[in-house]
Amino acid sequence: MKNITANMAGTVLSLLVQAGDTVSSGQDVILLESMKMEVPIQAQADGKIAEVKVSAGDFVNEGDVILVLE
Amino acid sequence: MQKVLIANRGEIARRIIRTCRKQGVAAVAVYSDADKEMPFVREADEALHIGPPPVAQSYLNIDAMIKAAQTAGADAIHPGYGLLSENAVFAERCTAAGLTFIGPPAGVIASMGDKVTARRIMREAGVPVVPGFEGQLETAEEAVAKAQGLGYPLMLKASAGGGGIGMQVVRDDEELRRAFQSAKGRAKAYFGNDTMFLEKYVENPRHIEVQIAADQHGNCLHLLERECSIQRRHQKVVEESPSPFLDQETREKICRAAVEAARAVAYTGVGTVEFIMDEQKKFYFLEMNTRLQVEHPVTEEMTGLDLVAIQLDIARGLPIPLKQEDVKALRHAIELRVYAEDPQTFMPSPGRIVRYQPPVMPHVRIDDGVEAGIQVSPFYDPMIAKVIVSGTTRGEAVARAAEALAAYQIDGIKTNLPFLQEVLADADFQAGDYTTQFIERKNSKRSVGQ
Repeated sequence: MKNITANMAGTVLSLLVQAGDTVSSGQDVILLESMKMEVPIQAQADGKIAEVKVSAGDFVNEGDVILVLE
Repeated sequence: MQKVLIANRGEIARRIIRTCRKQGVAAVAVYSDADKEMPFVREADEALHIGPPPVAQSYLNIDAMIKAAQTAGADAIHPGYGLLSENAVFAERCTAAGLTFIGPPAGVIASMGDKVTARRIMREAGVPVVPGFEGQLETAEEAVAKAQGLGYPLMLKASAGGGGIGMQVVRDDEELRRAFQSAKGRAKAYFGNDTMFLEKYVENPRHIEVQIAADQHGNCLHLLERECSIQRRHQKVVEESPSPFLDQETREKICRAAVEAARAVAYTGVGTVEFIMDEQKKFYFLEMNTRLQVEHPVTEEMTGLDLVAIQLDIARGLPIPLKQEDVKALRHAIELRVYAEDPQTFMPSPGRIVRYQPPVMPHVRIDDGVEAGIQVSPFYDPMIAKVIVSGTTRGEAVARAAEALAAYQIDGIKTNLPFLQEVLADADFQAGDYTTQFIERKNSKRSVGQ
């Protein structure tokens, strides 16, 4: 199991992936709103998504787990 | 006026508190949960909690703001910039609650907030506007038909737009067709209004604005210009005055046009008329900001005036204690905006400031909203400070600004301080030769060099 974490604090605007999707490192996985800007957050590893830990409207801190890979 | 509630936060709240104190007026701050440790809360005479961090539930909550003013027994509200400052409904609600809104009447805010209406008023008053089409554009084909009469390149804009959102340059029919639906969709999503219009696109433009002040006795003055062409994502980064691009004749013309623009809407308060200027120094009305600007300290350091004091006087019904001939550029002033962002990518960088040491030097003014230990919140604007530097010449001001930036220490978050230093060191900037494309061009040069 590998975790994908947010590298910045912000509010989740939208999810660009869902459980079951395969992601590769560097791919945009969620869109955050931080300091009045839309900021895409990228996966830090390759794998298949086992669980999405956040939903739109949630606030995440830097380092919070957003996705769990199988 | 004895007690003013400041419906804002950060550096501008502190700035307003300073003038209130000088005038013996009590200042009331409001703060969200994210801001309770911020210096402006501590420095106000009183501070009231207004809600959770998101602005919709705190600094944009009109009911909560009016209630806070009533609870504190304030008799006036200063809206600062951004947030509720250009919200006509808020201005109206203040007045209805018996509170003095420190700004123009609600009707003026509403007419200048709608770009199509503002353009029409200015055109009728003889203020030059960019040639364009102001009617409703419903479909891409209608837009293409109108474009033929105007000629490309054109700028497609949203009437309710701001901050560059819903704005796009189009160079032919095909680009206009492609851009139309998406721009309209974005305008609807962001502003709840998808009225679009077309303007001739001004190539290599400069953004030059004029500060004005008008009282309730019919006095309307300009306080000279500010050159604001150094921008990224349509957000200003460096401003200065006098503009290195203007000759005296053009300066007089543009300042006179700004006074005419303010008179055309029976403006009261301080405000700014923004113009776009082409390479031949022809200028056109862009929009009017019916509030104090972020960059107002440039005018203050250049002229020696206190713009917040002028705002308070006007709101009290006093005449402006100045004549046009008293307004002089005594010094050259430059403002550099410090953003909590990556200096390479301009991506935001919220987080805790672990060390904070602003420069303390003569002729250097720091308007900041933060200190060591503060959490720079992802809920608000990334601008954390402004460095305002003046000199007897532009060269002296630029050299001092470079020293000030070199001495500024902020650790724990990324800031654009290194980027600002690059701007000051740039040969074109030093020559005063730049347009609104300066940053974009500089960055493309930089990525080619890598």
